[in-house]
Amino acid sequence: MTTRQFGQPLKRNEDPRLLTGRALFTDDVQLPGMLHVAFWRSDLAHALIRSVDVESARKRPGVVAVYTAEDLGDFWQPGPLLLPPPPVEKLEFYPRTQVPLAKGMVRHAGEAVAMVVAESRYLAEDALDEVLVDYEPLEAVVDLEAALHDDAPLVHEDLGSNVNARVTQTKGDWAAAESEADLIIRRRFHYDRGTAAAMENRGIVSSWDERSQRLTVWDTTQAPIAIRNGLAAMLGLSEHQVRVIAPFIGGGFGPKIMMFYPEEVLLAWGALKLNCSLKWIEDREENFYATTQERGQMHDAAIALKSDGTVLGVKDVFLHDAGAYAPYGLTLPINSQCTLLGPYVVPNYHSEFTSVFTNKPIVTPYRGAGRQHGVFVMERLLDAAARRLSLDPAEIRRKNFIPPEEFPFSNEIIYQDFAPLVYDSGNYEPALDRALELIDYERFKREEQPRREAAGERVGIAVVNYIEGTGIGPYEGARVTVEASGKVSVATGVGTQGQGHYTSFAQVVAEQIGVDVSDIHVVTGDTDLFYWGAGTFASRGAVVAGNAMHAAATKVRGKILKLAGEKLEAAEEDLELIEGRVQVKGVPQTSISLGELAAEANPMRGAVQPGTEPGLEATEYFGPERGATASGVHAMILRVDPDTFLLEIERYVVVHDCGTVINPLILEGQIQGGVAQGIGNAFYEQLHFDENGALRNASLMDYLLPTASDIPNIVSDHVETPSPLNPLGVKGAGEAGAIPVGALFAQALDDAYRDIELEVREIPLSPNRLFELVGEALTREPA
Amino acid sequence: MKPAAFDYHAPRTLEEALDLLAAYGEDAKPLAGGQSLVPTMNFRLAQPEVLVDLNSIEELFFMREGEGGLHCGAMTRQRTVERSAMAKQVAPLLYEAMPHIAHAQIRNRGTIGGSLAHADPAAELPAVAIALDASMYVRSVTDARWIAARDFYVGLFATAMEPGELLIEVAFPRPRPRSGWSFEEVARQHGNYAMCGAAAVVELSDRGVIERARLVFLSVGEGPVAADQAAAMLVGERPTATVLRAAAEEAATKEIDPVGDIHAGPAYRRHLARVIGERVLNSAAARAFEACPT
Repeated sequence: MTTRQFGQPLKRNEDPRLLTGRALFTDDVQLPGMLHVAFWRSDLAHALIRSVDVESARKRPGVVAVYTAEDLGDFWQPGPLLLPPPPVEKLEFYPRTQVPLAKGMVRHAGEAVAMVVAESRYLAEDALDEVLVDYEPLEAVVDLEAALHDDAPLVHEDLGSNVNARVTQTKGDWAAAESEADLIIRRRFHYDRGTAAAMENRGIVSSWDERSQRLTVWDTTQAPIAIRNGLAAMLGLSEHQVRVIAPFIGGGFGPKIMMFYPEEVLLAWGALKLNCSLKWIEDREENFYATTQERGQMHDAAIALKSDGTVLGVKDVFLHDAGAYAPYGLTLPINSQCTLLGPYVVPNYHSEFTSVFTNKPIVTPYRGAGRQHGVFVMERLLDAAARRLSLDPAEIRRKNFIPPEEFPFSNEIIYQDFAPLVYDSGNYEPALDRALELIDYERFKREEQPRREAAGERVGIAVVNYIEGTGIGPYEGARVTVEASGKVSVATGVGTQGQGHYTSFAQVVAEQIGVDVSDIHVVTGDTDLFYWGAGTFASRGAVVAGNAMHAAATKVRGKILKLAGEKLEAAEEDLELIEGRVQVKGVPQTSISLGELAAEANPMRGAVQPGTEPGLEATEYFGPERGATASGVHAMILRVDPDTFLLEIERYVVVHDCGTVINPLILEGQIQGGVAQGIGNAFYEQLHFDENGALRNASLMDYLLPTASDIPNIVSDHVETPSPLNPLGVKGAGEAGAIPVGALFAQALDDAYRDIELEVREIPLSPNRLFELVGEALTREPA
Repeated sequence: MKPAAFDYHAPRTLEEALDLLAAYGEDAKPLAGGQSLVPTMNFRLAQPEVLVDLNSIEELFFMREGEGGLHCGAMTRQRTVERSAMAKQVAPLLYEAMPHIAHAQIRNRGTIGGSLAHADPAAELPAVAIALDASMYVRSVTDARWIAARDFYVGLFATAMEPGELLIEVAFPRPRPRSGWSFEEVARQHGNYAMCGAAAVVELSDRGVIERARLVFLSVGEGPVAADQAAAMLVGERPTATVLRAAAEEAATKEIDPVGDIHAGPAYRRHLARVIGERVLNSAAARAFEACPT
């Protein structure tokens, strides 16, 4: 009897290759005669380009070509707008997208101005020193509020202002909530920028083969199919002439889906122009400017409540830092707007945002994708309310949960997938109870905290909730093939960046076909092996591609049973699929292997019935009507050194609900990795821009990533509320770990300093900032 | 992040190295462990014309006990000191500071002489050298001299060495009788640059009063900062908590002038100097008591 593999904590199929250094990453691609590319990048954030002189750079030994915007001719075009704005009434939208090489003006530090092609990266970088750019510095747009002043300098002069978009969404009537309320709390919150800092930077190898008239591109992208389609269109090639391969990628997290990075179009153009192979590997310094970033928002928020803690409504007005260009539409601020409502009943909601252009690197989604900001605002408002109403933070949350019988639950506003924000399913109270139990909430508050505080320690506890809209459309596809060897090959269009797709997808297929997961070979992200798809983003791989796998595998199972029924002269319902064979139930002597069946299904001679398809193969697609809503609770006990303001996380608990679990081990990895990034975001990572828009810490010496010693052991548990929106019942889990961590730190710090009424209203924090905040709280006049 | 072109020499003897340094003067940079120089070159912040790699010069790799205490050849790897029972016994303050230097991988390559000569204001070893009254032996083709640690540091990334001179050896004196020592630092993460750190030495008389003290900070000035007034205040006092706190306070308010950076502003650094100063003085005094015959 084959043991069930779906739902089991199987070790990952891909790990032996990854752990022994035998997996192919983009920088491993070596082609004969390959040339190397380096970019001259602006050190100013905002400047007019008077001239670019590349003559002496072109003459350096080993330099093959140097290109500026002028050399690109008609190929020079602003990139496409990746997503149109959502259908919201009275929405204002002024898109501007990035250009391959800056022409006339640079709009953020690190924007590329010239491209050098040379025989080695060393020689290419030497030539950069010879590129002479004459430019006139302009005042930079850095601060979000100042950007909207009448006399502010303009990032895009033709727009007449720095407004990228204005969007208002409402539910119910905030004014009515305000007038009925017993308590209204108003606060300003800041959430500053961070960068994803994937272990592997971006990289591209682009190769034009004159004889086959084909372009092959290895690209660290999360969306190879869209890259292929776009490159083909831009270069005037058929899609079949372009093959994009997203090989193993050392972390995506969102910034690796940005159509199109200037380097993506320039490497492809250059390979055609020079009839050669080109390689560009982003170095860490470039990554701080040239890869997209996330997170500057400033919220002015208010919450209206009854005296018993019941939420009547929320109003939130916020500014969103889009950076110098906004190719990704409004996904981020829309996510903030929609995720703020959380697992709570908020009958009245008024949310308006202004997305603002600044002279800073481009902002696109990074793990959490704006959801952190919404969660931070809502959870902080609840904490402030709980304090004023003398309620326990856990209890004010419990009181406002959407009850389980209210699903599907409509929040009436429009989500990032343009569908109405409707939560498919959820059951929040058991998750909260379990988290409180695991962190030992009552006992800590009753016994441990008072005892330790009496001994001079500073210790705080926190518990926060979040929801995450995951698994949005449009669709993904999968092809499942049983080969004559009896092994199964599976292909899908999404790319993989460490999520364990080679295992989790195999588990979905194994469930239907009855082979061992290790006999299933999964291919992702090669456009020659699967033609259609959207990409890996928005916690959607398992939901959308996973259900496509399920559909294709189910169809193949049907073909197997039909053919085996004929061969074994048995009714299909009397057959079972076990360990790579089909057998008559309970009669293992009467069986046939999948390999033999696959050979039978692909006859070399003779006639077949009309309509017969060869092979045991099927291709299916899955597109959900809307996203599935995952949810969870994080809880933490935090110790602060009262002298140095260094923190120690003593206990960290995650209780998560992403519906049906395919592989608990992989899920655990997603949660732990997400929490690690969340901790980095909350207390270590911050991009420091000066008033000229220059980044002051563009290296890992000064941009602090959390290391293993900063990350606690994470205790996790799961509640499973399956999604009714897909056959597997799964919800996405990729971003959940990272989303509520800022709010959790804030609440725990407030708790540790509740005697002086500390109230944290910003993320990220640092020991220095905590020293300042505690100092301010100590000197503040008692209210 | 590729370095500019440079010429590379790997002499096998000290004489060859000194000849090269004399010949190329300011165009040449000696390469020790490379843990600071190589990244700086990759950023193209440093573009030396010539690198003189010291890694093949066997006579620079040694550690022995001698008249001056613990004598370390300039190329002694930090990890060697960290794992040395002799270092623990002869230069316990140095030994205690070692694990605070970056990460183990970096200490495997990083050298005692390289760090001392680089004179990074956030480095641990310069502060330790001053607290211990260590001496540096430097040579050029024409000259050889010993420089006291406190005269060795003359500013931001600057030492008293002239072009053509090379740091050859460092002597860290033994602890004196009835003395105690301590090193602490506060960094945002283990292995990262300290936001503030301090080394202290406290020596007691046979009557239990402080006869001599050293308190030296790192990361709060252009180089290691010796808080001499605070140390002077302690002489003749019994090392009570109040006295030690007052000395740390004096040092933090009057003897340092920290500049801020993105990780720690001047006020926070001053606060940390007070906290760390008090901690190291207390712990050094406690060890001094332990070292006194009962």
